[in-house]
Amino acid sequence: MSGVPGFSYAYLDEGTKRMLRRTLLKAVAIPGYQVPFGAREMPLPYGWGTGGIQVTAAIIGPSDVLKVIDQGSDDTTNAVSIRRFFRRVAGVATTERTTEATIIQTRHRIPETPLREGQILVYQVPMPEPLFRLEPRLAETRRLHALADYGLMQVRLYEDIVRHGAIATAYNHPVMVDGRYLMSPSPIPAFDNPKMHRMPALQLFGAGREKRIYAVPPYTDVVSLDFEDHPFRPIRAPHACALCGAADSYLDEVLTDDSGGRIFVCSDTDYCATRQAARQAAE
Amino acid sequence: MYVAVKGGERAIANAHAWLEEARRGDPALPRIAPEQIAGQLTLAVDRVMAEGSCCDRELAAIAIAQARGDLIEAAFLLRAYRTTLPRFGYSRPLETAAMRLIRRVSATYKDLPGGQILGPTFDYTHRLLDLAAAAGDPPPAPRAPADPAAAPRVTELLAREGLMAREEASDAEPPDLTRQPLPIPAPRPARLQNLARGDEGFLLALGYSTQRGYGNSHPFVGELRIGWASVEVETPEFPFPVDIGEIPLAECQMVNQFHGSAGAPPQFTRGYGLSFGHGERRAMAMALVDRALRADEYGEERAAPAQQEEFVLLHSDNVEATGFVEHLKLPHYVDFQSELENLRAIRALKEAAE
Repeated sequence: MSGVPGFSYAYLDEGTKRMLRRTLLKAVAIPGYQVPFGAREMPLPYGWGTGGIQVTAAIIGPSDVLKVIDQGSDDTTNAVSIRRFFRRVAGVATTERTTEATIIQTRHRIPETPLREGQILVYQVPMPEPLFRLEPRLAETRRLHALADYGLMQVRLYEDIVRHGAIATAYNHPVMVDGRYLMSPSPIPAFDNPKMHRMPALQLFGAGREKRIYAVPPYTDVVSLDFEDHPFRPIRAPHACALCGAADSYLDEVLTDDSGGRIFVCSDTDYCATRQAARQAAE
Repeated sequence: MYVAVKGGERAIANAHAWLEEARRGDPALPRIAPEQIAGQLTLAVDRVMAEGSCCDRELAAIAIAQARGDLIEAAFLLRAYRTTLPRFGYSRPLETAAMRLIRRVSATYKDLPGGQILGPTFDYTHRLLDLAAAAGDPPPAPRAPADPAAAPRVTELLAREGLMAREEASDAEPPDLTRQPLPIPAPRPARLQNLARGDEGFLLALGYSTQRGYGNSHPFVGELRIGWASVEVETPEFPFPVDIGEIPLAECQMVNQFHGSAGAPPQFTRGYGLSFGHGERRAMAMALVDRALRADEYGEERAAPAQQEEFVLLHSDNVEATGFVEHLKLPHYVDFQSELENLRAIRALKEAAE
């Protein structure tokens, strides 16, 4: 196995990796439950993906192929930095293709291309506690989870409807996992929430600074919180991608001048590039 | 036409080359050696050792140089290094009563066994910016050796009289916050560990707030002692503990009033502060915050910010705090886009209704 001389494979020492794997097993066994763990200082700052990096470091092996995305793109600077980190400390092959990756570490997006069995999606999570804006005290939120008392969140969504006529949560929309635990999907856009439901891939969530790991095993029910008369609505900009023409993908709005000019392009750069290549091949 | 943001890797490499150049400064001037930092910017090194929770002057000095003097960045560098080091054991509890003292001050007694030792302090210096500082070395300062055996702890003197609450001795294994998440509610050993590496500015502000009425605190510096304490470890090879060296420490015991409760007579209570290096301000501020966090123990109302355990302990760590505050400069345009679309949709709903 290759890595950096003087450091363990994938940076973390073996004892720490064992601790992380035990935590991950517990997390998988209790879908949606936040398992505390002894997060280490990483050589990247807290808040910049240290939870996801620790999870990836604990599960990665020399035969893995790693993809790292931030905002759906392989080219954003922090994704570049994390990909380079694992190339360096784990000597691992990296890819930008969703279909080729065995592990995908992500911040804020789920790829458009459906994931398959055997793949692992690792989310970087800033605030693992879905209730934190309503109840900042951890001792109290732990009690609420134990009692499955999620009335606070239901009331908040209800208040949105009363005030705005619709649920005003555009991202980080809370989900119920396996009918038991309320979970933060990490700040992915609500558009991505339905992709979590019964996903064939394993979903792992790492929050380094907050020292929590949680998981959604393959084919687990993940239901966005809503009301019968106000069903959950995934939101996307009502346009087609200016580069590949996709009308089903999540779009970023790009300002092209200072007089209102704008275009919409796919946030998932691999999805967009693959579609553009297919279109060129067809022409 | 829009061109996708590419070339992150080259941009990062170029930015880091620029950082390297900026860090070096004017090449006509000699580079500062870590030994100079370790030997002359000693209190900066002390702070980095405390907040980096690693007592190693050389490593802290290297970190300060690498961080361009940004002490939080330096603490972060030191922590990220220390976390990779193997753990080969735990020392015995430090015997700070037997510290080799260079400074020892009590505000509660005019004189006391062992005497008051001012030591190398800024106290009573007139803060006149020394514009001739570069001119020559000072002559050696006169000094008399202190006798540690003759300087018992002030709080111990009070406790013998029954006027100071005694701390319960415990053989329970303390938690190790560098290996385990912070338990909530936190036992005092976990709180003290957290505060000992907490941000000095944060501790200072919280401690200050308890003096200004946010928290019921009437503290006296029972004792402030600064010096070196021996570190002893137990090894399988020897039947006795082995002294492996000394570490620099600042320790503060604050004496606080307590009016008594149903279960306890009126007596003094203490707040405790301990810091790697000679971080006197840090140790004092920590002692104030420690006492404030003991509100439950003494049946006091927890009303002030410094008394809120979760608030204090979960926001004291500047490595965590700086990471999360600074992460806001990372791209967030995916979330922002969903907010934009949501806002447009809600406004459309509103306009349609009107």
